[in-house]
This record gives sequence, C-alpha cells and structure tokens, in this order.
Amino acid sequence: MVDMSTRLGSAAFPNPVMTASGCAAAGQELNQFFDVSSLGAVVTKSIMTRPRSGRATPRMAETPSGMLNSIGLQGPGIDSFIEHDLAWLAAHGARTVVSIAGGHTDEYVELARKLYGNPAVAALEVNISCPNVESRGQVFACDASASSRVIGAVRRAADPGQPVLAKLSPDVTDITLIARACAEAGADGFSLINTLLGLVIDPDTMAPMLGGITGGLSGPAIRPVAVRCVWQVRRALPHLPILGMGGIRTGLDALEFVLAGASAVSVGTAVFGDPTAPVRILAELETALAERGFTSLADAVGYAHLDEFQRSARRTA
Amino acid sequence: MTDRATSAAPTPAKVAQSRSAQSRPVQSRPVQESVEILSVKRVGEYTEFTVVAPGIAEHAKPGQFVAVAVGGENTSMLLRRAFALYSATPGGAFAGTVSFVVAEHGAGTRWLVQRQAGERLDIVGPLGTPFPLPSGPKPAVLVGGGYGTAPLIPLAQALIAAGSPVEIIIGAATAGRLFGELVAKRTAGAVTVTTDDGSAGEQGRVTDALPAAIERIGAEVVYACGPMAMLRAVGEVAKAKGIRAQVAVEEAMACGIGVCMTCVLPVRDDTPGGDGKSRFVRSCVDGPVFDAERIRWADVGSLPSDLVGADAMGGGH
Repeated sequence: MVDMSTRLGSAAFPNPVMTASGCAAAGQELNQFFDVSSLGAVVTKSIMTRPRSGRATPRMAETPSGMLNSIGLQGPGIDSFIEHDLAWLAAHGARTVVSIAGGHTDEYVELARKLYGNPAVAALEVNISCPNVESRGQVFACDASASSRVIGAVRRAADPGQPVLAKLSPDVTDITLIARACAEAGADGFSLINTLLGLVIDPDTMAPMLGGITGGLSGPAIRPVAVRCVWQVRRALPHLPILGMGGIRTGLDALEFVLAGASAVSVGTAVFGDPTAPVRILAELETALAERGFTSLADAVGYAHLDEFQRSARRTA
Repeated sequence: MTDRATSAAPTPAKVAQSRSAQSRPVQSRPVQESVEILSVKRVGEYTEFTVVAPGIAEHAKPGQFVAVAVGGENTSMLLRRAFALYSATPGGAFAGTVSFVVAEHGAGTRWLVQRQAGERLDIVGPLGTPFPLPSGPKPAVLVGGGYGTAPLIPLAQALIAAGSPVEIIIGAATAGRLFGELVAKRTAGAVTVTTDDGSAGEQGRVTDALPAAIERIGAEVVYACGPMAMLRAVGEVAKAKGIRAQVAVEEAMACGIGVCMTCVLPVRDDTPGGDGKSRFVRSCVDGPVFDAERIRWADVGSLPSDLVGADAMGGGH
C-alpha cells in the first residue's frame, strides 16, 4: 500500500489524480462510468461570469497523438454553475477544484467572490492561459505583469481557505518568469500546463480546419513540453505545489509528472478516448510507485531532481 | 448517421447550457466494453460489424450510437469513431450482440475495416438520444442517405411492431453507396431507391420521392438519417407537408459522452416549457436525434448573434 494522499496548498486530497479542466465538464457524464468521488478531485471546465456560447464549429481536429480544440469556453455562467453543477458535485461527495476564467481582472474577482465560503470548493484554478481568444494580447499568462495582476486580485478576493492555483501557458519564452510573478502575487500553487496554440489546415478545402482558426493542442503529443514546464517551475519555486497535466494517458505518464515535481495530476484528453482513464491511471500510478519502493506519493514528488544522497533518504525514510 | 454520432441516454443531466434546451428522460447508461467481433461483412462500399456487447445490447434503442476506439493500444489516434447502431439484440439468437456500419473515410476507419472476426474492439454505448416513437400506430416515412439507412432498419421494425405503416426511401450518390436496400424491402415490404447518377433506382434525390411517399400513406412523421444537407432538405419537405421530421445528425465529435463540447449545433428550444431561445447543444447527448425544425440549419458552422451567450464572446476569452 502506498499512501496516495496529497496536498495543494491548504487543500488535502485522498489521491493525486484529478480530471482536467475542459475535459470532464462538471463530472456528471463521467460519473456514469466511475464514481467521480473516487478521484482526488474533479477539476471543472473553466467557468465565466455570464453564459457563453463558445465558438462556431468545427471545434475539433484530431492530430498525431493529440487533438486541437477551439471550444471558446462555452458554459452556463457562474450562477447556474453554482446552483446546478457545484451542488451536484457536493451532493456526490466529489472534491472540486473550480476553474475560473475571465476577460478582465474584475471578472476573475467577481467569480472568486461568488465562490467565497462555498464548502464545495477545494481550490481555485485560475485559467489565465486559455489560447482560444481573439488576440494573443489577451492571454494573461503570456505576460508577467498581467498574470500578477489577475492572480493578486483573485488571491485578495478569494476565500483564504481556498488555495489559488495559477494555470499557465507553455507558449512563453521562460515560464519561470511568469510563475515567479504569480508567486509574488500570492499564488498558492500552479496548474501546468494549458494547451499549446496550434493550427491545422484541411488539405481538401485548403483552409484552416477549425472555425476559430487556431486551437489548443492537447494529448500525449505535448507531454514532454508539460513535463519540462513542471520541472522548470519546481526547480525555480520548490516550495509551491504543482498540479501537472498534459497528455497523461497511463500511470507511468503520471509518474513522470510526479517525479518532475507535481503533487497531483490532471487527466484530460485521454478521457475522450477512454472515459475510465482517470481511475485506471490512479491504479497504475499506485502500482508504479510501489514497484519503485515508494511508501508514499509525497516521497516521489520531485524525486527526479534529487541527487543520490537525497534519493536514498527519501526511499528509506 | 453515418460515421459519427448518434445518441442516447441521457443521462446525466444535461449539461449546463443545454440544461433547458431539451429534456428527455434517462433511458440508459452507457457502458465501456471490450467486445469480440463476431462477423465483418462487406456491403457495397461499407463494412458491417457484429460484435458481442451484451451491456450495450441490453438497453440500446434505434437512433443511438456506439463510439469505437481505433488504432490499437499504442495508437496515435486518440479519439473514438461514432457509428449508429444497426441492430441491438438483447435476447434470442445472437443474444447480446450489436451491429453497426462503417464507411472508410480516413486512417481510423481504414484501421477499423481491416479488423477480422475474433479480434476485439473497445466500444462505448449506447450513446445519444433515440428516435422518439409515437404512442400509438402512426404512418411514417423513413429516409436514409448512404449508410444513414442503418439505424432506420431497427426503427422500422419497432414502428411496424407497434402497428405503424412504414415507407422507406433510401438514396446515395451512386449504387455502391447505397446501404440496406434488401433488408429495407424485407422489413417494410417495399423500398424506394434514388441515386444522384441514376446507377440504381430513380435518378434524383431522396427528397424528390418524399412528398409522394408522405401522401401515399398519409404519413404523420418523417424519420431521417444521412448527410446534413439531406436532413435539412427532408425537414423542409416535412414542414411543407405540415408534419414533423425527426433527424439523426452527424457532427464531428471527440468524446461522444458529452464532456468535450466539440459536437454542438445551434438548436432552438421550442419544447413545451422551453424559452424559445437558441443554444449550442451537444449532438452526442442532447442528440443526435433532433426535431429538424429546431435545428438552425443555415447557422450551422457559424455563431448567430442571438444565440444564448453569443454576447459574451466579444473580445474575451
């Protein structure tokens, strides 16, 4: 038996495997295939202040070991989300990390306030990195001061009992600069990574395949990029926890993130092809840790960064 | 439906934005099964699979679909391919089997049509909403385009068993792309065939034959499955005749279970108690069967400004 419990800041979870924002709606559909309360948490699709239609179709293109999506944050708005989705998750005993998104700092603040004191919320994931926006200038996570502004405002407005995780984009020159700015603004941890901006052109129509033209690339194709981001941020800010994600399809994939420094992982695109992937990956991760002599997940977090002396201390502890 | 979606079970609650858009009772819960292929049969340009899938067969209804993993365990193709159920046999001879028809479109379906009896497939189903059946005997015309005829066969059987007179019209671009002529004839006694090039049946389109068929049996409802342009045209003919058309749409989808939000269509909520507004609605769980008049055909592939939440798209994420 491996102690699989973990923490993201002040939030405790019985195990480290979660859904990924935008890949599990608000848990109800996946609950047909497995009990969502058996996961570490459900990370909900990014919610905004108002109902939002999302982008025109086509919204999806399959790519080698991945897919490009251009949903555009379709959703019911925060009030409906709290009344229906969050209430359902709480009633089913699922821990919930609520992902919030906005076009302006004020919107993030409004969302954080609406979730203030709600016992169903284990943590906030602040999506400042959705690539499906009209202009790259609007991706907060591409700019250190914009990231700092949003994260600082959310941290001040949010319930102090709800850790604030900054979800960052890999599409930057140095992700540690953005991470440091978020940390200084009060981030309690990070979600790494959001999708990469991509484009697919249909050779038949000779035009972009997606209605939104560009989209976010996800799936195993981006996994090494994600592991690299986790590694770099762990190295730069070892005191802050990381929720790692990007192409996790097996327990060994999840282990890579843990070894790079993630305290928990999100399973995203894999769910589209395999609805039971999160629970399978949880079991596989536990087996993989046991096989490597770990008695707790915590001992494996960041293990790849350790030298021989530090390693032996971790595994014999 | 053809290669991608069809529907079912509504299950979980509707997702957010479509919450009020449609409400159908929960009828079945999809399951994921590793199934043995019982037979693979070439039918014209199509391939008909029969697989042993008792969990899917037990609750499946005409119009629902299955989502099939392609490419094998280590494939780079992450997304399932969706196929309308051609038959579902819960008991008797061939108990616990379902069948579906595949058209080779790309790498995923190419892999699929190369499978052989005895091999296994990973299948999720039954998915989506079924064709709504009338409460009593009601004359109906069924219109199938290409392999869209497949789900109409079990529908015809159900309608006939309930005492409804049924006419079937099938059409395709060419004779080789017709599906189900013989079984349709066996099921309904007669079938009208059209091809664009006149290589089989009458030269022309299914909608050329539809008005006369409606009049012949005094049809009170039309059911259809096939390409989107055909479904739209069928809906227009039905409307001109003052009757309803229930159509199973085909939209590109990544998950088939309601979590990815890629397969949406602009649909008007004119159900009893509905608010009359239009929303992007998932064709995988809120469809694939829709009343043709509710779909805003001219707006498919665009973002109409009166859609709920379209006003929130400007500028922001």
